[in-house]
Amino acid sequence: MAHDAHTGMVERRGAGLWLTHLGLIIGVAFIFFPIWLAFVASTVTQPEIVRPPMPLWPGDQFYENYSKALTSGINAPVARMLLNSAIMAFGISLGKIAISLLSAFAIVYFRFPGRHVFFWLIFLTLMLPVEVRIVPTYEVAANFGMLNSYSGLIFPLIASATATFLFRQFFMTVPDELAEAARVDGARPMRFFVDILLPMSRTNIAALFVILFIYGWNQYLWPLLITTDPSMNTIVMGIKQMFPSGDDTADWPVIMATSILAMIPPVVVVIGMQKLFIRGLVDSEK
Amino acid sequence: MEKRVTFKGIWLPLLLATPQMLITAIFFFYPAGQAVWQSLFIPDPFGLSMQWVGLGNFEFLLSDPYYRASFATTAVFSILVTLVSMGVALYLAVLADRLIKGSGTYRTLLIWPYAVAPAVAGVLWLFMFNTRVGVVTWYLGQLGYDWNHVLNEGEAMGLVVVASSWGRISYNFLFFLAGLQAIPKSVIEAAAIDGARFWTRFRTIVFPLLSPTTFFLLVVNIVYAFFETFGVIHTITSGGPQQATTILVYKVYADGFVGQDLGSSAAQSVILLVIVGILTIIQFKFIERRVHY
Repeated sequence: MAHDAHTGMVERRGAGLWLTHLGLIIGVAFIFFPIWLAFVASTVTQPEIVRPPMPLWPGDQFYENYSKALTSGINAPVARMLLNSAIMAFGISLGKIAISLLSAFAIVYFRFPGRHVFFWLIFLTLMLPVEVRIVPTYEVAANFGMLNSYSGLIFPLIASATATFLFRQFFMTVPDELAEAARVDGARPMRFFVDILLPMSRTNIAALFVILFIYGWNQYLWPLLITTDPSMNTIVMGIKQMFPSGDDTADWPVIMATSILAMIPPVVVVIGMQKLFIRGLVDSEK
Repeated sequence: MEKRVTFKGIWLPLLLATPQMLITAIFFFYPAGQAVWQSLFIPDPFGLSMQWVGLGNFEFLLSDPYYRASFATTAVFSILVTLVSMGVALYLAVLADRLIKGSGTYRTLLIWPYAVAPAVAGVLWLFMFNTRVGVVTWYLGQLGYDWNHVLNEGEAMGLVVVASSWGRISYNFLFFLAGLQAIPKSVIEAAAIDGARFWTRFRTIVFPLLSPTTFFLLVVNIVYAFFETFGVIHTITSGGPQQATTILVYKVYADGFVGQDLGSSAAQSVILLVIVGILTIIQFKFIERRVHY
């Protein structure tokens, strides 16, 4: 009884509880509606869409629309764009994690000349998103012959120090005794790195991977500039290219099927690795 | 902060740091330097040579009514995106926090739009509000409202704001919910025993205790609205109508790649660089949070 009275002060029950659920359900519905509509549009025929109002319940064209998108698309097969996006997203996340682990290890566990300069130089990169230095970065990529290439999609987006900072923060919390013991045992630095530091960083690496994968997959402006060849388009930037220029009507069922395909991989990553995702988000923001 | 125990060696650490140094130098410092350098020149009309103009590009920009308008547009856009996405997220987080059971389920249902790219979000919202086939447009028409964001500047701004805020609600929701759950229940119960109603408790206790989270989200959301919404603008309005949705980042792109005005675009990059710098300093000084994407 006492307990009931106690919680009853703060947490609503009865009508209040239902109102709380109702409020949340309205919120969820608002969040879901655009995606539901896109899914419905990806399962009906073009005439059903261009004569509004379109239906609000899925039709029977699922297979037709998705197979048309995947195999032929509009400018390039969407299957190809999915592959490009996957290579880009894995390249960015794994590449950034690899170079950041190495340089964080160097900064934390060695005293080498120029260490502080290096640290502050990469600190500066935290401040400048690629959107801001877009024209000169494009020129660099063009000079290296990186247009329409995977390296052009990947390398310029690795040039930021967020991950390095994260690993540096984490390495600082690793007990000194571990390095001490490794040194006493005569272990070489790389042995310590591979056998002790890497296994300890597993969760951090995984959490960061989730965040970086989504970051890489969802890039838009950079692929838009660097890939002029439709077969090198990534799916996120390729959708906009599927709209006809001028007054022609867009092929909405195929475009919406592509939109759904574009969000499946990152959504699966977020939902499937929810714990790591939240941890990565919190880690990378602090 | 320094490690007490370190390894010996000079070449190994230099070698380990080399990949990052190389990539950062080539794709970050060189382009950033180029932006600063190019901002001091204008190309001649034939594009054959560059003419030194000192701060001329900046003077021109700051007196250019289009650039000033873009500044105002960016301010309005960022403030609206921040308010809408944080407002809705706080409302949902407060509701979810009231539940003893089930808040985890709602969290799962609410977080995943974070994974939807801004450009894809743009396409989804464009589809609903399309002037010819949009379902919302059609129902609004039935109610007697003639929606046309292609012509109407206010509607264009409204649409890009909602589309940009939509995916962001997830992110803000997560941080608000975590912030709310970190507030000791005993404080709230004490107020409740004193007879404070929900709204009073929220205003006088919960919201003040939540302010570190709120302030952090404010800065992060402004950074998002400034720099990560290009995809939404490009897919929905391409900066139109009459530049009504041309935010600063979009203008750097439009002037640099579409207009081929490299000097001006570079000067705009430099101005943005200063803005990011200021935002980063605010982030560091007032909130002890280090990194943003």
